[in-house]
Amino acid sequence: MIRFEGVGKRYPGGNEALRGLDLHIRQGELVFVTGASGAGKSTFLRLIPLLERPSRGNVLIDGVNLSALRRRRIPFLRRRIGMIFQDHRLLHDRTVFDNVALPLVITGRPHQDVARRVRAALDKVGLLRRERAYPVTLSGGEQQRVGIARAVVTRPPILLADEPTGNLDPALSREIMHLFEQFNQVGVTTVIASHDLPLIEALGHRRIQLHDGRAA
Amino acid sequence: MRMWLGQHARAAISALGQLRRKPGGSLMTAAAIGIALALPAAFLLIVDNIESAMSGWDGMPTASVFLALDTPPDQQAATAERIAALGGIQEVILITPAEALAEFQATAGMDETLAMLDANPLPAVVEARLTGRLDAATTERLMNRLQALPHVEEIRLDQTWMQRLDALLELGNRTIAIIALLLGLTVTLVIGNTIRLDIENRRSEVEITKLIGGTDAFVRRPFLYTGVWYGLAGGVVSGVILVAGMQAVSAPATRLATLYQSAFQPAGPGVSGILTLLVTGLLLGLFGAWLAVGRHLATIEPQ
Repeated sequence: MIRFEGVGKRYPGGNEALRGLDLHIRQGELVFVTGASGAGKSTFLRLIPLLERPSRGNVLIDGVNLSALRRRRIPFLRRRIGMIFQDHRLLHDRTVFDNVALPLVITGRPHQDVARRVRAALDKVGLLRRERAYPVTLSGGEQQRVGIARAVVTRPPILLADEPTGNLDPALSREIMHLFEQFNQVGVTTVIASHDLPLIEALGHRRIQLHDGRAA
Repeated sequence: MRMWLGQHARAAISALGQLRRKPGGSLMTAAAIGIALALPAAFLLIVDNIESAMSGWDGMPTASVFLALDTPPDQQAATAERIAALGGIQEVILITPAEALAEFQATAGMDETLAMLDANPLPAVVEARLTGRLDAATTERLMNRLQALPHVEEIRLDQTWMQRLDALLELGNRTIAIIALLLGLTVTLVIGNTIRLDIENRRSEVEITKLIGGTDAFVRRPFLYTGVWYGLAGGVVSGVILVAGMQAVSAPATRLATLYQSAFQPAGPGVSGILTLLVTGLLLGLFGAWLAVGRHLATIEPQ
């Protein structure tokens, strides 16, 4: 589903975040990506939805080589990838409902369909009763769950999470990780970058350790 | 198609919602645009009204056709009829030498001087009133045809001040065109700059939308509609200014026309004028927004 072939990424200024990364994540897998700060976790995740392009090598998603993907097609790639960020990236002037609805609105879903799917996603993350609230009135864990609802509302085949539990206490972190496991169980290929090693050990899924821009 | 319409309706409504959230700033922008649109429109209206007032001017322009001194009376009348039959002539008045002499005596008080003369030195004159104002070429052709008639000696067409008026109106129209161009540019820049700030304020929204797969067109759309709404609101403001202004000057203008014994009534912008203003505002708004969006949105990429 996600294949990296000799991928290198050098930033302007000479910083080399990835140096020939090879890996393959199969459809339906749940994978943790670990490594010290600066090992290339974030860069690795950013290359999948083409937030950046690699300096060399190939990234293939579902058999499509991204280096051949034209700029105009990028939005359609991103629609197939649910993304979750440590800082949630929510719109603070919109309600929880509107935030979760955004990916559906972008794809031009009919109104009733939007409402139904948004409520289903919010129900899944346990925030159905907060749909009219604004993100600032929610706790960090709740905001993260809104971000997750937004990522899964279109039922994408791939889910990427960059440090999704970075600011959460252990109990909340476990709760969030269990949510990801549930999505994975219905077939979503899930990639989570995290440095919460004890929790990752406890969950016991495949783990890719990045070190110095390569898979260790 | 239905989906496309739905997307547009949503963008239009959400853009309107954004404007309603900051009514003070939106109204000020709309007012600035409205005034910029109203100024050239008002000038245009004034020139149009002057033109229509002048075209209805009574007794002008008139050509004085002087006949040869030896023209017999029956030929004087026949020539007057021939002149009346020409195209472009509304009505003719024949002033016989006797009438001319009588008028001259009455007005000039030169009885004694005239009494010294053996014969009447005045020729017969046909005063030919033209049908409205003709352009230079048509007037020229008409003059040539008058000159070609038998017994016609000389023609005087007092059109100097008509030409001056024409030149003035032409100058006025040119000036308005320049003013309109500059103010149109102003409207475009005002809207463009407002949208640019708007994009800057909603930077994170643009980034997040692109992050979750919003196409460039989707990201662009609400900003373009914001421009359209600004332009349209400006058009409405300018329409209100024009109509109110017309109300204010209508009574004095009519009084002035009465003093000149004219039935002239000042005309307002009318429905088509207002519609033109609205459409102009809308298009300028769209154009300004397009400029801002094109330059700005592409540079915002999700981090």
